[in-house]
Amino acid sequence: MDISKKVEKLKPSGIRVFFDLVLNMKDVISLGVGEPDFVTPWRIREKAVFSLEQGYTSYTSNKGMGDLRKSIVHFLNRRYKLNYDFEEEVLITVGVSEGLDLAVRAILNPLDQVLIPEPCYVSYGAVVELAGGKSVFLKTNVNNGFKISAQQIEKSCTKNTKALLINYPCNPTGASYTKKELQDIARVVKKKDLIVISDEVYDELTYDFGHTPLSTLKDMKNRVVYLNGFSKTYAMTGFRLGWACGPAKIIAAMTKIHQYTMLCAPITSQMAGIEALRAGLSDVMEMKKEYARRRRFVVNRLNEMGLDCHTPDGAFYVFPCISKFNKSSLDFANDLLKKKKVALVPGVAFGDCAEGHVRISYASSYENLKEALIRIEQYLSK
Amino acid sequence: MNEILEILAKDARISPEEIAKLTGQTVVSVKKEIKKFEKDGVIVNYKTVINKDLIIDESLFVRALIEVSITPKKDVGFDYIAERIYNFPEVKSCYLVSGTYDLLVEVEGRSVQTVAGFVASKLSAMPDVRGTTTHFLLKKYKEDGFILKKRKQKQKLNISY
Repeated sequence: MDISKKVEKLKPSGIRVFFDLVLNMKDVISLGVGEPDFVTPWRIREKAVFSLEQGYTSYTSNKGMGDLRKSIVHFLNRRYKLNYDFEEEVLITVGVSEGLDLAVRAILNPLDQVLIPEPCYVSYGAVVELAGGKSVFLKTNVNNGFKISAQQIEKSCTKNTKALLINYPCNPTGASYTKKELQDIARVVKKKDLIVISDEVYDELTYDFGHTPLSTLKDMKNRVVYLNGFSKTYAMTGFRLGWACGPAKIIAAMTKIHQYTMLCAPITSQMAGIEALRAGLSDVMEMKKEYARRRRFVVNRLNEMGLDCHTPDGAFYVFPCISKFNKSSLDFANDLLKKKKVALVPGVAFGDCAEGHVRISYASSYENLKEALIRIEQYLSK
Repeated sequence: MNEILEILAKDARISPEEIAKLTGQTVVSVKKEIKKFEKDGVIVNYKTVINKDLIIDESLFVRALIEVSITPKKDVGFDYIAERIYNFPEVKSCYLVSGTYDLLVEVEGRSVQTVAGFVASKLSAMPDVRGTTTHFLLKKYKEDGFILKKRKQKQKLNISY
């Protein structure tokens, strides 16, 4: 039986085997998790439970509940002085993942190219290919702090370049951009008339400078699809809830696809989302302080033991270089797992130019981190 | 709050060396700062939160919350009488509160009779105490932000993107 050629062509994941190995192994210390290590704050969970008790179990409007869209608009206004219209410019999605897929499908025609800084989150290339577009990866490395430059974007543009798909703070590198750097990028984006799909799901976890949404920059709001969600900020990964804000025309196109393929985000999650925004950021700010300490601790320890590691700007990942150990990142991760029962994610999962690195998540308790780093040190000095 | 205090408030056993690693300060300056906190009385003690319900012999202790109404003394207000009360070792905590009574006093004793005896012969007998209401604690669920029931490990994937 044949399956779709397009699907067949998607990058096979050699990583899958490694993932299965980790999932089936007992007593592993995992630094390989892409989600916060705390549970959704109680008042948010309690609201979800209460909404079920009250019988909120139906569909919502395709765009998502009006109250949730209004809350998001108010929140963005308070936080970043952004002004979006809750009727025309906001769509509630099933996580940022769906928002990303919708945005790409809404704007691409066959042969359109999308620029994607690499290393990047695993789904970026795939969603562009599935939408019939072509992904053009812009390679970054530790020497430029895993950041793309305006020149790099300009040089990579062809007549078919339609959009830039950017994620900052970045999973897996933790790289983020200052306002100045974003202004440079915005200048080229406008010059080349690109749309930007901006995945800013880690925005609240920026440590050394304030986060600037691309859509707050001059003349950018009309060309940015701003994606964000509840997963990382409120530890709500399993709720699968995100939002897209952008020009009315693009949001309408995204909503059209969304109404046929998803209908709406789960109502329980939407009710919880309203409460999350009402509760504010105090839990997150507590956690952020904790992450900042762990980041310092992990970066110093890794460098001490000879794993070269830059200090990331945000998210909860460090991305040390393992190339001097003459192993592929997958072999390194496999070997470390088997010998020391520590799990991390091989860099190659995040693109070819991420080979030679591994992703370590510090969203893990201090006790866990201490023990895991001792084991990594033992492994390296064997 | 000061970062060292924040760390110690969560785990009093953590060493100055480890605090230095987490905060990026030198060990010497961390130690110096802790010393100063201790000297100034900012850090009062390093204690362990124990669920006494799980310890057989200790569980003989009973605790009561006692609402105490008092007549404030000229010039010294409530502090004078509060001090007379909190100096008893049976008193585990003592707060001045707003509302229908004045002091909220937590008392610990070997038995209901011991606590009742303390209230009758010491607390109520003080000349400035106008009245008391005693609530014996039946079960403790949460103390100082810590939930005492041991929770089941949550199921979370060991690895994800």
